[in-house]
Amino acid sequence: MIVDAARGAPLGTDAQSPPPELVQLLTPEGERVEHPEYDVNLTPEEIKGLYRDLVIVRRIDTEAVALTRQGELGIWASLLGQEAAQIGSAHALRTGDMAFPSYREHGVAWCRGVDPLDLLGLFRGVNHAGWDPKAHNFHLYTIVIGSHALHATGYAMGIQRDGAENAAIVYFGDGATSQGDVNEAFVWSAAQNAPIVFFCQNNQWAISEPLERQSRIPLYRRAEGFGFPGVRVDGNDIFAVLAVTRKALDNARSGQGPTLIEAFTYRMGAHTTTDDPTRYRLQSELESWKLKDPIERLKAYLVKNEMADREFFDAIDAEAKQVGSDLRRRCLELPDPEPTAIWENVYATEHSLLAEERDQFTSYLASFEDVSR
Amino acid sequence: MATMTYRQALRDTLRDEMLRDENVFVMGEEIGVFEGSYKITEGLLKEFGPKRVRDTPIAEEGFVGAAIGAAMLGLRPVVEIMTINFSLLALDQIVNHAAKIYGMFGGQCSVPMVIRTPGGGGQQLGATHSQNVELFYSFIPGLKVLAPSTPAEASSMLRAAIRDDDPVLFLENLALYNTRGEVPDDLEPAEIGRAAVTRPGTDVTIIAYSRMAHVAAEAADKLATDGISAEIVDLRSLRPLDRETVVESVRRTGCAVVAEDDWLTYGIGAEIAATIQEGAFDHLDAPVRRVAMAEVPLPYSKPLELAALPSAESLVTAVRDTVRATGR
Ligand SMILES: Cc1ncc(C[n+]2csc(CCOP(=O)(O)OP(=O)(O)O)c2C)c(N)n1
Ligand SMILES: [Mg+2]
Repeated sequence: MIVDAARGAPLGTDAQSPPPELVQLLTPEGERVEHPEYDVNLTPEEIKGLYRDLVIVRRIDTEAVALTRQGELGIWASLLGQEAAQIGSAHALRTGDMAFPSYREHGVAWCRGVDPLDLLGLFRGVNHAGWDPKAHNFHLYTIVIGSHALHATGYAMGIQRDGAENAAIVYFGDGATSQGDVNEAFVWSAAQNAPIVFFCQNNQWAISEPLERQSRIPLYRRAEGFGFPGVRVDGNDIFAVLAVTRKALDNARSGQGPTLIEAFTYRMGAHTTTDDPTRYRLQSELESWKLKDPIERLKAYLVKNEMADREFFDAIDAEAKQVGSDLRRRCLELPDPEPTAIWENVYATEHSLLAEERDQFTSYLASFEDVSR
Repeated sequence: MATMTYRQALRDTLRDEMLRDENVFVMGEEIGVFEGSYKITEGLLKEFGPKRVRDTPIAEEGFVGAAIGAAMLGLRPVVEIMTINFSLLALDQIVNHAAKIYGMFGGQCSVPMVIRTPGGGGQQLGATHSQNVELFYSFIPGLKVLAPSTPAEASSMLRAAIRDDDPVLFLENLALYNTRGEVPDDLEPAEIGRAAVTRPGTDVTIIAYSRMAHVAAEAADKLATDGISAEIVDLRSLRPLDRETVVESVRRTGCAVVAEDDWLTYGIGAEIAATIQEGAFDHLDAPVRRVAMAEVPLPYSKPLELAALPSAESLVTAVRDTVRATGR
């Protein structure tokens, strides 16, 4: 541990080791366990489908990190280690539910049918979110920490007004829980009984800041003070995440208001490709979380229960590899936008000042073409 | 005299001031163990310990507000906001409280606080992370806004900001952190509110600050090869604004171009142009021009971002047109 006397009083609960109230349906060894409140009933095919998604999104992520290292993307926030939290929760969503991501939710994007090329295009700087948020019910990435919790709250109130049977889910990190916006979202959605699920991926770190610097109690317990339930789930256990998120969404849809889910997980990679985590955290911490890897865990379960054989795993690996290499090829083929594209998306309607500036700029560019001819 | 980067000048000055006055402490996101997103607080946690180097939660309004409280009781917080974009989350604390407390408490209690924060586009960080919103703060009575462009100024002005009894928004720039320059030993605190003629010239005045002061220097070099002698006024302080230095220069040269790293409409260039027409109207041989960013949220795409930002080329063109318009 890096010692820091300014962290405040010692923690009542050790944030680093999962306390007993953690909802778990699958142990790190792939053993299925019972929980009094939560359960999932999945066919072998469904479970294999979850496994496939986990492997493919990890592969997409690996490819994106590599592309960034090679200078093909500007930056990338890896989801490594958080696959089960994302795939599990996204599978709990119905088509009509709306998801508000922060910037690491590539797994959720995948489950919402967003072409990963659109995610890469964003970070390559050739489009601004190439996907249609309404077509996928997956909102844009938000990089200013916490702001979108309020957007989700407003959206949920809209669902309420329409009397629709949908819910909103908003993804944010442990660090984001310190922001005023997130707390204001808690306050208001509770008072309004809004159909919203606050899905906090507690990956233990906010860049270099460990959770203890942001909170004195486990995050899920904050919900009680705001007046709605909070649940801590093993974020590396896809069954538990799925079960807990389903229930929270059902509650939201049936008029029982918000839930805070704290998915207890770990950011196994760097914060982003520009970060070097060895500067502030210990390798041993990473090693201990590797033993709880979300993919290995589901694989162990599948093997133990003889639901999948070598052939299945090989086929998934081959498919993931193919997705990765296709993605790389398509990414490299993305053309740079034309300079005049800067004027395209400033206002939804025509704006006189902008039109004037655009025309000046276009003739300025044309003057170079004249010279080169 | 030592040659060092802008980053190093800031870091060394912070350290000096912390050694000089035990009431000075630093606070912000990622500044302790991580030593700052841009490494301005390197080594400070080790040397001064966690009481004086405080990592904060991700809560900009929270820690700026807390710094105001600490400053009211005589401490001298130097707050780092990761980029000026996130200062927008703390706008109420800065504008409604830091800037107002002295007046609203009848002058009984001041807020000797510094907010250090970098602005600047051109780093491919996207629309919400690339803005230059120092204008918002320059507009507010009760605040001081400093914008050094060289390592020596970074040092002397940070020193002055920390020792000043009023809240100071201290604007750094992402593109300047690695620039180098000489910093004299035992540099005195700068006088707050003084612009400087950083390059004398006779034909035209270019007014700039922060990164644009460097763009102006590059443009002036190019213009010199065309036989145009440009004088550069580096504003250095946006509030208080040294109108006199600007006006005097334009009275000598007879025309002016303002180069600014933010949007044109209602911008700092507009204030400078108004200052010039008020103070040097009879000396002007051509209308004042402004070179600024395209009025769009800054794109993330590298080529688009470059297209939207003001450049030495666009400044050279504007200066040539201005000089031509004088009919000299
Ligand atoms: C308002 C605001 N302040 C600071 C930042 C810089 N920043 C980017 S990511 C990050 C850490 C977020 O941590 P967490 O919420 O735990 O999410 P994680 O990255 O771990 O998924 C910070 C401080 C920002 N983007 N927005
Ligand atoms: Mg985190």
